[in-house]
Amino acid sequence: MKVLAAMSGGVDSAVAAARAVEAGHDVVGVHLALSRMPGTLRTGSRGCCTIEDSRDAWRACDVLGIPYYVWDFSERFKEDVVEDFVAEYAAGRTPNPCMRCNERIKFAALLEKALALGFDAVCTGHYAKVIEDADGNRELHRAADWAKDQSYVLGVLTHEQLKHSLFPLADTPSKAEVRAEAERRGLSVANKPDSHDICFIPDGDTRGWLSERIEMADGEILDHEGNVVGTHPGATAFTVGQRKGLRLGRPAPDGKPRFVLEIRPKDNTVVVGPQELLAVDVLRGIKVSWAGLPIAAAGSGEEFACMVQVRAHGDPVPARARVQAGADGRPELAVSLVEPLRGVAPGQTMVLYQGTRVLGQATIDSARSAAWRGAAG
Amino acid sequence: MPANTPVYLDHAATTPLSAAALAVMTRELARTGNPSSLHGAGRRAHMVVEEARETLAAAAGAHSSEVIFTSGGTEADNLAVKGLYWARNAADPRRRRILCSTVEHHAVLDTVEWLEAHQGAEAVWIPVDADGRLDLDVLGAEIARDPGSVALVAAMWANNEVGTVQPVAEAVALASAHGIPVHSDAVQAFTSVPVDFAASGLATMAVSGHKIGGPVGIGALFVGREVALAPLLHGGGHERALRSGTLNAAAAAAFARAAHDAAAALATESERLARLRDRLVAGVARAVPEAVLNGPDDAGHTGTRLPGNAHFTFPGCEGDSLLFMLDMMGIASSTGSACTAGVPRPSHVLLAMGRDEETARGSQRFTLGHTSGDSDVDALVAALPQAYARARKAGMAGHESSIRTAGTGFIS
Repeated sequence: MKVLAAMSGGVDSAVAAARAVEAGHDVVGVHLALSRMPGTLRTGSRGCCTIEDSRDAWRACDVLGIPYYVWDFSERFKEDVVEDFVAEYAAGRTPNPCMRCNERIKFAALLEKALALGFDAVCTGHYAKVIEDADGNRELHRAADWAKDQSYVLGVLTHEQLKHSLFPLADTPSKAEVRAEAERRGLSVANKPDSHDICFIPDGDTRGWLSERIEMADGEILDHEGNVVGTHPGATAFTVGQRKGLRLGRPAPDGKPRFVLEIRPKDNTVVVGPQELLAVDVLRGIKVSWAGLPIAAAGSGEEFACMVQVRAHGDPVPARARVQAGADGRPELAVSLVEPLRGVAPGQTMVLYQGTRVLGQATIDSARSAAWRGAAG
Repeated sequence: MPANTPVYLDHAATTPLSAAALAVMTRELARTGNPSSLHGAGRRAHMVVEEARETLAAAAGAHSSEVIFTSGGTEADNLAVKGLYWARNAADPRRRRILCSTVEHHAVLDTVEWLEAHQGAEAVWIPVDADGRLDLDVLGAEIARDPGSVALVAAMWANNEVGTVQPVAEAVALASAHGIPVHSDAVQAFTSVPVDFAASGLATMAVSGHKIGGPVGIGALFVGREVALAPLLHGGGHERALRSGTLNAAAAAAFARAAHDAAAALATESERLARLRDRLVAGVARAVPEAVLNGPDDAGHTGTRLPGNAHFTFPGCEGDSLLFMLDMMGIASSTGSACTAGVPRPSHVLLAMGRDEETARGSQRFTLGHTSGDSDVDALVAALPQAYARARKAGMAGHESSIRTAGTGFIS
């Protein structure tokens, strides 16, 4: 089939494209230009859209003998990912921009353009597996290498999107193997460092970056009993679970470190407290989607057992989940965790698994515990 | 379906090396000798360079002492614009203004912007009309406003994107009345339309080898005998001390040979290409009636447009989508504007011609050259309807995707 290989300039997407070529597909490499003013060179492991990355992607395509193009998604990326990221923080939530990019750019804007231009699928270097059943229905599963598994950030893909997705690294036992394969294939990116952090915040200083985009005002820091324990330069730059940078003059009475429990953008307040109060066991999720066909219980509203993962590199925990109608008539996901989790922030994505299979996901709207419900209720 | 023979419609980017130029080049590359050396090998190489200089000068209506060999068009433009500015400004510090057309190649445009940002120059941008033709009234008024403050005028001979031939002689007439030097980038015009350096009255004129059937890596700046210029490259004092560096004898010889042959064939070849171009324009109009030709229609072949240039806006589609579809079908074209930084920007030429950003982004340039024939045009016309339909379906960059996701719609 005709395959568009999304080439970041990194080793994973280069090897993924190589495997797609080897599998006999008709492959074209496309680098996504996500910034109107890309940096010239990479600095360490940060960023993923520099001119150097574009050149690395181009070079990989040369070696693979496939055409290479740069497609401009900078405008869409700015609206759907960057501005969404700022808006979420401004509303006191903690978003995952990589998931948003997968949802709206790589497997929406890019996929749509690819389909229009005659491609059948988009191929990426994600570590995740798509399985097709006898009826041609697709399921998303964890990669063979759980340490590198990226099914979490793909949990947002719908059945429609999965039907046009190709993840050739699915069964790779390890990243080391991918690097060795890149070396064997003569790909110069074999030893290029992995990219981390948020690509559009080049120096990695998320708070500094946000403070230039969100109006910040000094506000109070309260403890979990409502006492003022300090001040902050702007509530929205904080994240639930955060410990560092609180600058509290007075230590807690018990001498233990305090963590951000809640952010209240409306009254510009940050609530802090001891670590045990971070533990939550009741999650409510909105913007629900199913990675493939929904399981039967999703339609019937019955409770089902699953594993829940709330961050890209977090262990899944056992839970019971149920689909219910939300206030706006849209489905919501009510989840109760068997064991409480710490540091769960509204805006984060919870991905539901059964075994290796990704069932679907929802954006966490509220996270509560029986022990402490927060002053705002 | 990929075509059996690739169809090359991007001669303005680079055109194939002519067989005669290749033969000269390989012959000279096999020989040793620095043209500046005084021994036998050097004298032989010197002979090759000086013959090339005379041949090139003759092809452009210049004297051989007016030829400064450079690495290409970009270096020639840089030498002219910076060199004229520095020399004129040094002679009289009041000369700070550079009057420059808005449709120049980046080699001129960015050089002027650099002089403005770092050297105290003041750029005055002279607008163009809807066909991309320089507005002489504005140029005249800007000169008349304060002639003593003008360092130089820059006006290209023919535009690289839309092919518009500029009123260079009229611009020179306006400037020379006040002793103001004019530089012209003739990279696209040279050997496509009649170019006579002596008759033009230009101070400097840039040309390039690989646009006319010569090799990449060689170009020239014609510098009038009386023109004062400051050099960019200092060193051994080659080329009237305006461009130091060992002369590239093989490339100079091949460039001169290509220039000689192309200039000799100009009359017949330009008419052949203009007819072929008309056939292409008519074919595109049949294949995609929505397509809009940008630049002069050159009716009657009166020299208002480069004979090998056709440039269109294809409404509702992104230029790079169309380029992609045509490439997949074995046809090489161009969106018309360079994209070195990775992100394609709307063409500054089309914006200067009054087009909006979306129109500017949906453009495609087809350029013909010495290897082009009817079959190339026919292949394009045959491929265009499908390519355009798909590119149009892909839409404009920036539009919201219609694929429904968790964040944008109810998913069940």
